Amino acid sequence: MPNTAIELKNLNKWFDDFHALKNINLTVNKGEKVVICGPSGSGKSTVVRCINKLEKHQSGTILLDGKELTNNSKSVASIQGDIGMVFQQFNLFPHLTVMENLILGPMKAQRQSRQKAVEIALHYLERVRITDQAQKMPSQLSGGQQQRVAIARSLCMEPKVMLFDEPTSALDPEMISEVLDVMVELANDGMTMVVVTHEMGFARKVADKVLFMDQGQIVEQALTENFFNSPKTQRCQTFLNQILKH
Amino acid sequence: MKKLCLSLFALLGLCSCTSDIWGWYVINPNTPSGWINIKFLVSGMGNTILISVTAAVISITLGLVVALPGQSSKRVWRIVNRVYVELIRSIPLLPMLFWVFYGLPIIFKSMGLNIPIDPFWGAVITLAISDSAFTAEIYRSGIQSIARGQAEASQTIGLSYAQSMRYVILPQAIRRILPPLANQFIYIVKMSAFASVIGMQELTRRANELVVTEYRPLELYSLLILEYLVLVLIISAGVRWLERHMGSDERQ
Repeated sequence: MPNTAIELKNLNKWFDDFHALKNINLTVNKGEKVVICGPSGSGKSTVVRCINKLEKHQSGTILLDGKELTNNSKSVASIQGDIGMVFQQFNLFPHLTVMENLILGPMKAQRQSRQKAVEIALHYLERVRITDQAQKMPSQLSGGQQQRVAIARSLCMEPKVMLFDEPTSALDPEMISEVLDVMVELANDGMTMVVVTHEMGFARKVADKVLFMDQGQIVEQALTENFFNSPKTQRCQTFLNQILKH
Repeated sequence: MKKLCLSLFALLGLCSCTSDIWGWYVINPNTPSGWINIKFLVSGMGNTILISVTAAVISITLGLVVALPGQSSKRVWRIVNRVYVELIRSIPLLPMLFWVFYGLPIIFKSMGLNIPIDPFWGAVITLAISDSAFTAEIYRSGIQSIARGQAEASQTIGLSYAQSMRYVILPQAIRRILPPLANQFIYIVKMSAFASVIGMQELTRRANELVVTEYRPLELYSLLILEYLVLVLIISAGVRWLERHMGSDERQ
C-alpha cells in the first residue's frame, strides 16, 4: 500500500506554442494538504487541472495511488469520482435543485439508489451546514453557500483526493471565511487536499507544504513554516511581501 | 366556424367595395357552393399539420444526431458533421423533393427493395432532412452557449459524455434553442406547401385544384394565405406559452 496519493514526474504541458508547465515534480502523500500559490498565469490551475485530466499533458507521468494516468479516455473515466474538484466559478448545475446537484453523480455515475444518494447528500449538506437549502435552486443561494454546495457535491462521490482551484476568488470578502471554515474542517478530517489559493492565512493554518509557482515552474517548494519564515528565492520573497503587506 | 369565415369574408369584402375585380361569391359561406368550397379548402389543413409535425419531430431528432458528432474531440466526427450540414443545407427544397419522390424509389428498386414512397412520406422525408441541417446548427449554438465549466463539473463527478449531455448540457441548452427551433417549425409549415407539387392533398394543393375549376385565383389564394397566417399565429402563441413555462427556473 503506497503512501503516495499523487505523484507528478517531469510533467510538461503546452497550449499550442505556450509552454504552460515546465518539468513539474510533485509528491502528495495521503492525508497531506498542499497549497499552490503564485501570480496569475503561473500555471497553478493547470497543474490541478492536469491531475484530474481536465487538461491533457504532453509529457511526463501522473501517478494516482501508484497507477499511471494517461490521456486515454478509459484512463480518464477510471479516476472520475476518485478526485473531487472545486472550481472558482462553483459550476453548479443551474437547472437542478441543490439536492439534485448532489445526487446526480452518485446516482448516474455510481449507480446508487436514490434513497442512498439522498442519504449521503444530506450527510454532506450537514457538514457544509446548508441542510435547510436542499430544495432551493443554486441561483437562490449566496456565493458562499453555492461554493459550499459545490464542495458537498464533490464529497458525495467520496473522493480520495480533493482539488480546489481558487475556491474563494469569486466570492464577496465576507463569504470567504464560511467556505474556508468548511475546508479547514475537511482538512482536519484527514482528506488529501491540493489547494490553489491566495489565502495565505488558510495556507499557514492548514497546509503541510506550500508550492510557489511562476512562469510554469515550481520555484519553491517547502514545509509551510519554512516557506513563510525563510523563503529561499528572491522571486518568492517579493511575492510574499506583496500579498502579505496589507 | 361559419361565423369566423363570415367575419373574415366581411373583412376581405371591404377591400372589394371600390372595385369589380373581386368575386367573393366563390367562397361566400352563405351560398351552398361557396360553403362547399370553403370546406374543401380548409380540410387541407389536417394534412398540412400532419406533414409539418411529423417532419419537425424527425428533424429535431435527426438534428441532434447530426449535431453531437460536431462536438466530438475526434476530427473525423466533426468532418462528418460539417459535410452533412454543408451538403444538405445547400440543396434547394424543390429539387430535393423531386429527387426523393421520383429518384429514390429507383435506387431502392435497384437494391432489390420494394419501398414505395407516397406523397406524404416523400414530403415528410424531404422536409425533415432539409431542415435537420439547420436544426443541427441550432443545437450546436445551444450546446456551445452552455459554459464549459458545466461539462467540466459533470466530468469531475464521474458522468460520462452521454450522461453529461443528457442530464446537464441539453436540459440547459433546450431552453435557449426553443425560440430558434420554433422558427424552424414555422419554416417547415410554410415549406410544406411544396408537397402540393407531388400530389399531396394539403392546403396549397386544395387551393390549386379549386382555382383550376373556379377561375378565381385572387380570392382563393388570398384565402390560402390567410389559412397559413392563422396556422402560424397559433403556433407562435403556443411557443410563447411553452417558453414561459420552461424558462421559469433558469435565472442564472
